[in-house]
Amino acid sequence: MSALSRCQDSLSRLREGAGVRVEAVNEPSPRPSPAGGRGSEAEGIAPPSLRRATEEPAWVRRSLIAVALLFLALFLFVPLAAVFYEALKKGAGVALAAITEPDALSAIRLTLLTALVSVPLNLVFGVAAAWCIAKFDFRGKNVLLTLIDLPFSVSPVIAGLIYVLVFGLQGWFGEWLRDHDLKVIFAVPGIVMATVFITFPFIARELIPLMQAQGQEQEEAARVLGASGWQIFWRVTLPNVKWALLYGVILCNARAMGEFGAVSVVSGHIRGQTNTVPLHIEILYNEYQFAAAFAVASLLAGLALVTLVLKFIVERRVLQQMRVATQAGEQAS
Amino acid sequence: MILSRVLLRRHSVLPGFDIALGFTLLYLALIVLVPLSAAFLKTFSGGWAQFWEAVSAPRVVASYRLTFGASLAAAVVNSFFGLVIAWVLVRYEFFGRRFVDALVDLPFALPTAVAGIALTALYSENGWIGQWLKPLGLKVSFTPLGVFVALTFIGLPFVVRTLQPVLEDLAAELEEAAATLGASRWQTFTRVIFPVLTPALLTGFALAFARALGEYGSVIFIAGNLPMVSEITPLLIITKLEQYDYVGATSIAVVMLIASFVLLLGINALQAWSRRRQGGA
Repeated sequence: MSALSRCQDSLSRLREGAGVRVEAVNEPSPRPSPAGGRGSEAEGIAPPSLRRATEEPAWVRRSLIAVALLFLALFLFVPLAAVFYEALKKGAGVALAAITEPDALSAIRLTLLTALVSVPLNLVFGVAAAWCIAKFDFRGKNVLLTLIDLPFSVSPVIAGLIYVLVFGLQGWFGEWLRDHDLKVIFAVPGIVMATVFITFPFIARELIPLMQAQGQEQEEAARVLGASGWQIFWRVTLPNVKWALLYGVILCNARAMGEFGAVSVVSGHIRGQTNTVPLHIEILYNEYQFAAAFAVASLLAGLALVTLVLKFIVERRVLQQMRVATQAGEQAS
Repeated sequence: MILSRVLLRRHSVLPGFDIALGFTLLYLALIVLVPLSAAFLKTFSGGWAQFWEAVSAPRVVASYRLTFGASLAAAVVNSFFGLVIAWVLVRYEFFGRRFVDALVDLPFALPTAVAGIALTALYSENGWIGQWLKPLGLKVSFTPLGVFVALTFIGLPFVVRTLQPVLEDLAAELEEAAATLGASRWQTFTRVIFPVLTPALLTGFALAFARALGEYGSVIFIAGNLPMVSEITPLLIITKLEQYDYVGATSIAVVMLIASFVLLLGINALQAWSRRRQGGA
């Protein structure tokens, strides 16, 4: 229930509401209808500029837009631009060298591997959780929903810490792991687990509201017609939720590749071995290799831009599926 | 089979309840619940006295003050500008509106470490923004002010995205009625629109505040991390951990966890209120 999920929630409500905004009042006719002999006189005068009763004066509108844009430029756009500027300040060659040196490449590989493991895991979980929450009526559903959101409200640092407490040398399984020569903390498995924790709710949070809105009539019809469970899922449910699923995967992947705090606690920062891209950026930065740090950072900034674009494209489709579902629901009731 | 017999309120013809719920619960327990419970168990393995000593040391208290203070300030600033931005995005047409709308999510999409080093570079003494602040005697990078800047960056989308749908749904009739009754636009805003927005605004504020409390990546670069001055609580947890002070680290973590859970309950209540308010409007 964090933040992000809430915003997703609100977003989905925004999607529902987007289609139904009613135009306020009919545009008032700019000129009074010529009545009596004054008509011709009125024709010559420029029509007074009228605005709707529910609109602000133009100067208010303009200054509000200016304030909003200025704030966004200062806090969002300029930092983004700064990443690319700083990356290329010493030339594209330096940037390229920083990205292609062995430690950077191994960090990129590890980040891709982490995302490649944690996103599918959370995908399977998201589908399973959404299936039982949206299609069945059972006791404890609200508790389950709250628990699914829990990782959003836990600080990333604490997310890393709890895995150290379980799998670290001093932890619950520490001795057992050491005896069996297994390494979780300060190794790749710990990085993957911390990432799974951080990105845990993303896909479930996207699927649940949509599947709840869609109800279970279609699946029930398929069942009555003799479809098996798998057939129902692949042919009925999945096509209905594919965009929301993709949306969740996009968000989950962006966070998995960019996670810093949680991974930093469990990684041990071993260069070339347990460094993800964000951690590699930190090391370069702390060694005052600013150009290299920003060059690697520009990779992640590029990923963020791609994420925003994909999000923008997919969001509309999700909106569309949500609207169809709510309309069908309204007709049914 | 047991799960469906015990938990299902209504029989369903659909298959897969047991396996889906079973997997969900197992995964939830393994990834979230068991590790989280480790934090609480570890903390109290040392006893109450040790816990209290760890969480009330002056350096720790100073970090609470900074973390909570800067988070609060950032959430307040975000509430104001977030309201303006949401209003402008929903109500006005202007060139580049959709681009700006998409850009609002940047703090969600940009990895925190990248945001951290970018903000630090911008606000350092010879940075794009820092060089203009220097003559004014304002130092941002490596001061508590830097913490505030990073947390503002992180929190903005929460307020905007919480307010947007409510503004979209606002019934135009209410504003028209206010206008026909002779209210000025400002009166309509303060007496009609703002009360409807209040629950959502508070929710956005709480979400931004909650996120800021736990934030680490974007802050540590710009904060300078001076003990007692610009050291945030999550960093202190890591510092203790690196000194192998597990009980100390976990005790502070438990304080933060309790704060987040309380906020979580508050946010849930606010959202229920917001939904009722919207439903009634």
